[in-house]
Amino acid sequence: MEQSSIITIQELIKRFPVGKGEFTALNGINLTFNTGEFVGIVGPSGSGKTTLLNIIGSLDTPSEGKAIVMGQSTGDLTTKSAAKLRKKYLGFIFQTYNLLPVYTVYENVEFPLLLLKMSSGERRKAVLDALEWLGMTDKIKSRPAQLSGGECQRVAIARAMVKKPEIVLADEPTANLDAANSHNILKMMLKLNEELKTTFIFATHDDKVIKYLKRKITLEDGKVVQDEFITK
Amino acid sequence: MIAFKLAFRNLVGAGLRTWLNVFVLSFIYILIIWQYGILDGWNHQANKDMKAWEVGNGQYWQENYDPYDFFTLEESHAKIPEVLQKASSEGVVTPILISQASVYPDGRIQSMLLKGINPDQKVIAVPSAELNVESEAMPAGSPTAGRTGHEIPVVIGRRMAKSCKLKVGDVTTIRWRDINGTFDAAEVKVAKVFNCNVPNVDAGQMYIPIEKLQEMMQAPDEATMFIIGKDFEMNETVSGWEYKDYDFLMTEMNEMMKMKKVGGSFLYVILLLLAMLAIFDTQVLSIFRRQKEIGTYIAMGMTRGQVVSLFTVEGAMHAILAVILGAIYGIPFLLWQLKIGYTMPAGSDDFGLAIAETIFPVYGLGLIITTVLLVLIITTIVSYMPARKISKMKPTDALKGKIQ
Ligand SMILES: Nc1ncnc2c1ncn2[C@@H]1O[C@H](COP(=O)(O)OP(=O)(O)OP(=O)(O)O)[C@@H](O)[C@H]1O
Ligand SMILES: [Mg+2]
Repeated sequence: MEQSSIITIQELIKRFPVGKGEFTALNGINLTFNTGEFVGIVGPSGSGKTTLLNIIGSLDTPSEGKAIVMGQSTGDLTTKSAAKLRKKYLGFIFQTYNLLPVYTVYENVEFPLLLLKMSSGERRKAVLDALEWLGMTDKIKSRPAQLSGGECQRVAIARAMVKKPEIVLADEPTANLDAANSHNILKMMLKLNEELKTTFIFATHDDKVIKYLKRKITLEDGKVVQDEFITK
Repeated sequence: MIAFKLAFRNLVGAGLRTWLNVFVLSFIYILIIWQYGILDGWNHQANKDMKAWEVGNGQYWQENYDPYDFFTLEESHAKIPEVLQKASSEGVVTPILISQASVYPDGRIQSMLLKGINPDQKVIAVPSAELNVESEAMPAGSPTAGRTGHEIPVVIGRRMAKSCKLKVGDVTTIRWRDINGTFDAAEVKVAKVFNCNVPNVDAGQMYIPIEKLQEMMQAPDEATMFIIGKDFEMNETVSGWEYKDYDFLMTEMNEMMKMKKVGGSFLYVILLLLAMLAIFDTQVLSIFRRQKEIGTYIAMGMTRGQVVSLFTVEGAMHAILAVILGAIYGIPFLLWQLKIGYTMPAGSDDFGLAIAETIFPVYGLGLIITTVLLVLIITTIVSYMPARKISKMKPTDALKGKIQ
């Protein structure tokens, strides 16, 4: 079946300077992601999962090869265009939530919309919708310090989802959560993936996450060693 | 606009540290505005007093006259030229004849200036009309009652009265030299002690009727200088006499005021430096501690330039909050000072500058705007310097929080 590819990675190599030499973190990656995928990148620690996610998210650039996201080759973008790409099409979810501590839940979720210069009426509606999806409407005025880890991650997901991005990149989103919260959050993301056709890409070694994946890509020493579509 | 909103939230969220910086800055604002206000008020008052008591609207000096050189005084008088004589009789200028003399209070000898002044003049504020007393009319019961009444009436200022321990009605001996170099002495009687803020007008001098002084010096119809009242314009130059305009006569005063302002600025420069150091430190610390936050901003699609401006605005916001805080406690204080004035500490009289006991500050809008802008600009620069570092950060490193 023919689907539109949203991310194409060709012969991607990423090297980091280490001391006087170099360390090759990603070594010849070729991958294609289609709209609406729910993919996990798994593999042992140090295999290059975060590095790959960062390059897809245009937070880092390839040393060689190409990562084409939404038709734009991230390695060739100016920092300004890369920022624009992230602002419009990408949502990030972090292991440590990275909520802004001085803002309330509402303000945290509103932040990406402020960057998009959305009118206040539209913003309000979108923020309340996002918080409703994640069941956080009763904590609108709380600050991150007053929330549990699971609640923080739900706010972080709401923040990533509020602008209805094309792609959500999540690096170890469940690593700091207990089992119940992990399942809860994955179910929510799966629901968003199905309802909004948002593409989700995880970096994880959490078995609880792997259970939900529709596609699993295994990295080892910077190479793709396995790429399987899981049919349930 | 969004940067302001975010900066405000971040800053206020940062708590005590922010408020300490803001308080110090607001204090600096108020201090600068207050002290310059006092200096401007002083300047204003001194200009007014000097014009009224000493300088007038300019002066004519006999060509040898040099107020800083007492030894040339003997040669610095000349016959009053006709045109000035005419102006003088119309009351638009007034002649002053100056001579060196000594006074003997309590047996001490003290040198001073005798200034001959027309008792009917209205050009300067010295109460010369008091010199019109009949020297014979000694009221019975006064300490000098019954004396022969040859005393010459003089008026003196508060400073002279204090240094010679003289009061109204007192009689003392003065000694002078006439133009031929012959010493002579006479008794003078204090007709009036006046209050004046200009030391040049009252310290070490006595005012005496000019005709009397001319007679004493054997210099009839002579004068040392003329003080010009309002609206006097003389087209011709008068040979042997030099015109000194108001600005020239105020030069020294204005220079002194400038020095005072510069001297006063020293304190703010130090204070400002300390405040800027604190803000710089706060900025460096907050950028270091908030790397993850910076990475998150970038991940969410802010450009690094936007993040730099966010942190810069956040630092500069200290100065804006300080304006608000300063206004809350500063405006009442400054207005209160405007109303009751500032009483100069004892001893200020010795500065040699015209100074009133209580100075009412003058706050110019320009002064306030300049102060606020200056502090705002400096704060912005100091906030920007550490924030620039953000534009060199790699977002992936910032997210990991591993930049040292
Ligand atoms: N900035 C960097 N400089 C040098 N080496 C780096 C840098 N970033 C990553 N690496 C190296 O690249 C390799 C891959 O790192 P990456 O963070 O992508 O691993 P990962 O698969 O996400 O591991 P984990 O499961 O522990 O998060 C690691 O060996 C790491 O040491
Ligand atoms: Mg990782």
